[in-house]
Formats: sequence, C-alpha cells, structure tokens
Amino acid sequence: MSQAVTTQTQESVQQILQKHPRDAGELLQILVAVQHAYHWVSEEAVGLIAEHLRVTRAHIRGLVGFYSFLSDSFLGDYVIYLSDNITDRMLGNKEIGKYLCSRLGVKLGRVRSDGRVSVHFTSCTGMCDQGPAALVNGRPVTRLSRERADRMVDLIMARTPVSDWPPELFLVEDNFRRSDVLFRRAFEPGAALKSALLRGGDETLKAIQFEEAVDPASGIAWKRGADETLKELYRSDLRGRGGAGFKAALKWEACRDTPAPERYVVCNADEGEPGTFKDRVMLSSFADMVFEGMTLCGYVVGASQGILYIRQEYWYLKTHLEAVLARRREAGLLGRNLLGSGHAFDIAIHWGAGAYICGMESAMIESIEGRRGKPRKRWPLPVVAGVEKRPTVVNNVETFAAVAMVALKGGAWFAGHGTMHSTGTKLFCVSGDCERPGIYEYPFGVSAREILRDCGGLDAQAVQVSGPSGTTITQQEFDRTLAYEDLTTVGTFMIFGPQRDMFEVVQNFTHFFQHESCGLCTPCRVGTSLLANLVDRVAAGKGSPLDLEEVQRISHLMKTTAHCGLGQSAPNHLVDSLAKFRGDWDKRMMVGGFEPAFDLDASLEEARQLTGRDDDAAHL
Amino acid sequence: MASRVKVATCSLAGCFGCHMSFLDIDERLLDLLELIEFDRSPINDIKTIEGIVDFGFVEGGLCNAENVHLLKHFREHCRVLVSVGECAITGGIPSMRNHHTLKECLYETYIRGVGVENAHIPDDAELPLLLDKVYPLHAVVRVDHYLPGCPPSADAFWHFLTELIAGRDPNLPLQLLRYD
Repeated sequence: MSQAVTTQTQESVQQILQKHPRDAGELLQILVAVQHAYHWVSEEAVGLIAEHLRVTRAHIRGLVGFYSFLSDSFLGDYVIYLSDNITDRMLGNKEIGKYLCSRLGVKLGRVRSDGRVSVHFTSCTGMCDQGPAALVNGRPVTRLSRERADRMVDLIMARTPVSDWPPELFLVEDNFRRSDVLFRRAFEPGAALKSALLRGGDETLKAIQFEEAVDPASGIAWKRGADETLKELYRSDLRGRGGAGFKAALKWEACRDTPAPERYVVCNADEGEPGTFKDRVMLSSFADMVFEGMTLCGYVVGASQGILYIRQEYWYLKTHLEAVLARRREAGLLGRNLLGSGHAFDIAIHWGAGAYICGMESAMIESIEGRRGKPRKRWPLPVVAGVEKRPTVVNNVETFAAVAMVALKGGAWFAGHGTMHSTGTKLFCVSGDCERPGIYEYPFGVSAREILRDCGGLDAQAVQVSGPSGTTITQQEFDRTLAYEDLTTVGTFMIFGPQRDMFEVVQNFTHFFQHESCGLCTPCRVGTSLLANLVDRVAAGKGSPLDLEEVQRISHLMKTTAHCGLGQSAPNHLVDSLAKFRGDWDKRMMVGGFEPAFDLDASLEEARQLTGRDDDAAHL
Repeated sequence: MASRVKVATCSLAGCFGCHMSFLDIDERLLDLLELIEFDRSPINDIKTIEGIVDFGFVEGGLCNAENVHLLKHFREHCRVLVSVGECAITGGIPSMRNHHTLKECLYETYIRGVGVENAHIPDDAELPLLLDKVYPLHAVVRVDHYLPGCPPSADAFWHFLTELIAGRDPNLPLQLLRYD
C-alpha cells in the first residue's frame, strides 16, 4: 500500500504544487491539498514541498504536527473523525464510535492493517444541532445512528468512493428556527454595495444607473461614499460578533487611517468554539451577505484583498463558496473593476487545518501566512500590522453580514434594535437538551429564559453561554440577558437538562482546552494539562480538597498570566462549575486523606517480574 | 533554647546536591543552629524520626520502594513537608529513564552492558525494588511547600527556612528563582 502511495506521490504532489504560487505563505494551503489527496503528508511530499517553497523540512513538519487534520502517517483510504463536543457525547457519540470500530475491525486512532480505514475523535465539528456528527474524508455525516453507521460500514467495505455515497448521508440542515430583522428575507447580491456607493452622491449614482465608469482619478464621490458608509457604521454602533464586542467602526477607521500601500480584510470563519455553528449556516445560506460585508469593508478602509479564513471542518462548503465568489465576480461585485468603478476588491479562501487557536485573530494571521497558528504579541494590533504586516481588519462572519444590512438600511435603523450598548440582533446556536435545536436570531437583550422557552428547553438545569470559554448559568440565572451589558456571547447556547451530570461537562471542556492549547506560553500549555489531570483524578474518585484548591490556584494563575484569550478563559468553566455545581464534584470526592496519583503496588510489578521476587518488601 | 524548631532532612532519588547547597550557607549555619535542631538527617546520621518534627525537607524523587517508605515516614512525622529541588518536584535527571521501560534499563545495565560478566538482574531481597517510573513526591503524598532549583542556592535555603521559622509563607523573591 505505502509503496503504491509513494510512487503516486511524486507526480501528483508536483501537480498540486503547480497550482500554488511559489510563496511560503501558501504552505498550509498546499499541505491541506496534499492531505486531502493522500490522507497524509509523506516524508517524500515534505521533501518536494520544501524544495518548491525553499523552506526547511523541519518547518513543514512543524505545521503537520501542529494542525489536527494534517498527518505524518497514512490514515487510510477512509478517514473518519467523530465530533467529540459535549453535545455529541450527550447524543451517544462514544457508543457510536465503539460500534463503528468494532464493525470495521479497527482500533480507535489506528489504521486498519489493510490501510482501508481509521476512526478518530476530534474537537467539535460545528454540527451540534444535528449530532452526533462525523467527518468522512472531509465530508460531514450528521445524526449518526447505528443504522447510519451500518450504511457507512457497508460502503467502506464495498470500497465505494465517498463521492458516490448517497447524498442523504451528507445532508446538513440549516435549522434556522427564528429570524428577526437581519436575516428575515433573502439578500439581493450587490444591493448593500450600491447603497454604499450611492451615499457618495450623483456621480456614482450615474455610473451605476448608466453603467458608465466612475473616473477613479477624481474619486470624490467614491471617497465620499466610503466616508458616509463609515459614518453609518458609527451610527449603527455595531460591535464585533466574535465575542469580544469591539466596535467595528473604530476598527475600520483605525485600519483606514494607518498609512500603507495595501490593506487586508479578513473574515474569521474559524468558528472553533464548541457548540458554535452560526458561521456554517451564514456561509451556507447567506454567503452573499457575508462577502458583500467584506467588500464594503474593503471599500471603506481602502483594501483590495479580502481573505475568508474558514475552518477545515467546513471543507464541504468549498464548491458552494467558490461558486458564489465566481458569480459575484461575473456580476461585477468582486474583481478588478468593482461595479465599473475602476477599483479592485477580491476575496480568496484560506483553509484552516484543525486548530481552535486560529480563531484568535493574530494566530489566524500567522496561519494565513502559512505558519503554525500561534498568537502574536498584543501590539501592534492587526489594524496597524496584520497580514504581511499591513493594516488588516479581522471581523467575524456575522459581523460582516450585519455590515451589509447597515449599509442597506442605515445605521439608525440598525441601532433601533437591541439594547443601549448592544445594538442589532444576534444569532444564537442552540444545542443540547431541547426540543428544537438550531439557529435563533434575537435582538440583543433577550433573556436566557426566552430562548429556552422558544426552543423547548425550559427544564434545563444549566446553560453554557458562549462555549467552554464562556459562562455557565444555572436555573436561578435564566432571567439574565444576553448582551454586552450582562452575558457576553459569541452566540453559543448549550443546554443541559436535569438528568445531566455537570462534572462530565467539565471533563469534556477541560480536555478540549488541553488539546487545543497552542503551546506558546507555559501557563496555558502546562496549566491546561495540570487541570485535565486534576479533573481526571477527581473523576477516578481520588480527588481531595487539596486538589480542588489546586484547581482554583492554577485557574487563577492562568487567568492572570496566560498569553492570550485561550489560556485566560480556559478555566472559566471550572471556576463556574465549582461554584455552581459543587454537588456533582462532591459525590466523586474521596473522603479525607490523600491518595497517590498512581497505583503504588502496580508500579512495582515490572520489577517483580524481572527479579522473580514476591517477598513482603516487593510490595507496597 | 527549649523552643528550637525541629527539622528533618533526607535524600531519595537525588544526588545530595541539594544538601551540599544547604551546607553552603556557611557561617550562617551557626546562626541557624540557634533556631533549629536537626532530627533525622544525613547531617547527623540519625536514621528515623521519633515523634513529630516541625519541618521535613526531602530531596530527590521516588525511584524505588524504599523511597516510598521513607517519604511516607516523613509525611507521617513532619508537620510541614517541603519538596526540595528539581528531582523532588519533577523527577529530575533520574526521571530521564521514564522514556524507557524498566526492563530496557535493567537489560542495558546488567545483561547487555559492556564488560558485564555473569549477567543477571540483581534480585537480592535486601535491594529495594525499582518503581516502573521515577515519580515526583507530590504524586504520592501531600506536599506543603516547594523549594525549586537544581540545586536551590544556599541563599534560597536560608531565605526559605528563616521565613518558615518566622511563620510566614516562604515565597522566594525573584532573584532567588533566577538560574541563568
């Protein structure tokens, strides 16, 4: 098998390389293509890529080691990744995983000896409203059941290529359950862009109406349109939807006002926060709106290049997104001559390769430039020195979609929705124990209780707001509101019914962060591991009050000293859980004393065997 | 003199470097002896702790059954237990064997080693059995304080002890935590 793969590699890796510019920044995109083609990045491929891009082999191996979906060993003809978010666990993903493995005759994480298939667990794949979910050769399978697993097994046994699998296996639903003012009706491509240009005055109007070219040399109307659009954005008071809530207009203006020969617009579609799937729905059904928002940003800040950075889990959207971009180019909504203005703006897609940290903007920029996704130092900010050290706006998918609506309907209209400090509406990704999981759009300021009522989850004992890095709220807190004034959120809303053991939630989240820590700073790299060990210790019934003190101490240390938001927010759920769900911890705690972290007597077993001793001194 | 603080020390899987560094407090040793009284310690060769001592300083990690017994003895007889130095805190140099199985280590030494005659793995009942891996102290007992360094400097020992004796939390100032 491996011999066959090797001879193939030489030719077709060359083919892949031909499609990419000889630019070290392309490295990650090349590796993603190679991984898709061969299901691993062979040492031979590493050599060819190193030669082509003039980078070291070690650098390439560094990337392969960093990103979860790249592999330095062959993963089989069929590679199955089972999503392992807590919502998947609640729907029985472990049991399905065991079943799949036993039917396929394969050990978890190992390739079957004939090289046919391997099964792995991976962090949340963004299908929480239709789990348990999996990816098979990059394509999502949702609502996994024994029956669907059986069908997968049969197709794999029959060597049916994934492209020939019945499409209903790959059906992904939007589950858009409630729309408010932003996503009420279909968006007409170009409408927002035209509104923005029209704000510049008559000349632009004429150009659009009579399809005459605006003279880019004069550019007065063009410039005025951009300035007016920025003013509308200020009026809208739109805050970033990625969770931090920074005002979009401020960011854009800072980028615009930083002198530079070129600027970038980056759309953050990394959406790695477990339990979040709104970007998937946005890009499936509102891609035009998102791309138009990016184009508007390019218009306002004076950038000609946009980049959509999208997580590998959404690879199945590739054809769709490329088609939307092509259609927009044809319609003059992207390209060298935007709406006949003589100005250029285009959008390229950059694929992530499985790294939660890449949702953090400076880590994302590193990844866009073809390196490991490690966060940069806080200053300078990306608006001053982002992609290729050029001023860069990084906004969330939902932010760009909202921008399009601001341009279309005006800032005042937008600001008329939501609350004083959180204008507009927000998408919520509802999953877990409720009757109608899916996407819900509400004006900011909605209470947790209202969402729970609408989705049929009122008997919940807890909700995880804004993902594992967010806040755990209890029944007593359901009247709190989701807005920057109270509960800040990226939109994640995971519901835990009364039957759930909240300690299992903690265990899932703790291991998630341990896996996703990028390793740059010690508080996070070591802290996430120590926390996972301590939680496992409690899970094994060996926890003592001292261990809980240690959890608190490490949590505090990480919150105050970690390099970036990942490490600073990773212990949030632990601190919340200890304060609010102590009962689920206490029932596991050891009564009094201190228990060794390992089985002392068992640790002498190897020596007993080697020496043949079994006397009293040979036991502990 | 009656209220001198009782201190016990021992070295497990370590190199005695921490003890040597402790002795490097030089003439301050005389001041220290006004404040403390040594119980079980390699310094006075007393083998077991009678009763309860105030502070126990343990150097080195755990590599065999005897280490475990001695550490438990210390935990039972010390009010405050301090994990001293790299090996006690992380396993240190001895834990480099953790990358290999015990069998590989013993075969390399006693069976396949260069110049080995009458090759066999020592099995005398007087020898303490080796643990599968080298462990840090806090994996087996509750540890109250950690005194880092390889070895902790004499100043670090002095500062740590005098703070402990004064009843304060013995936090080392930054300059005593710098090793370059």
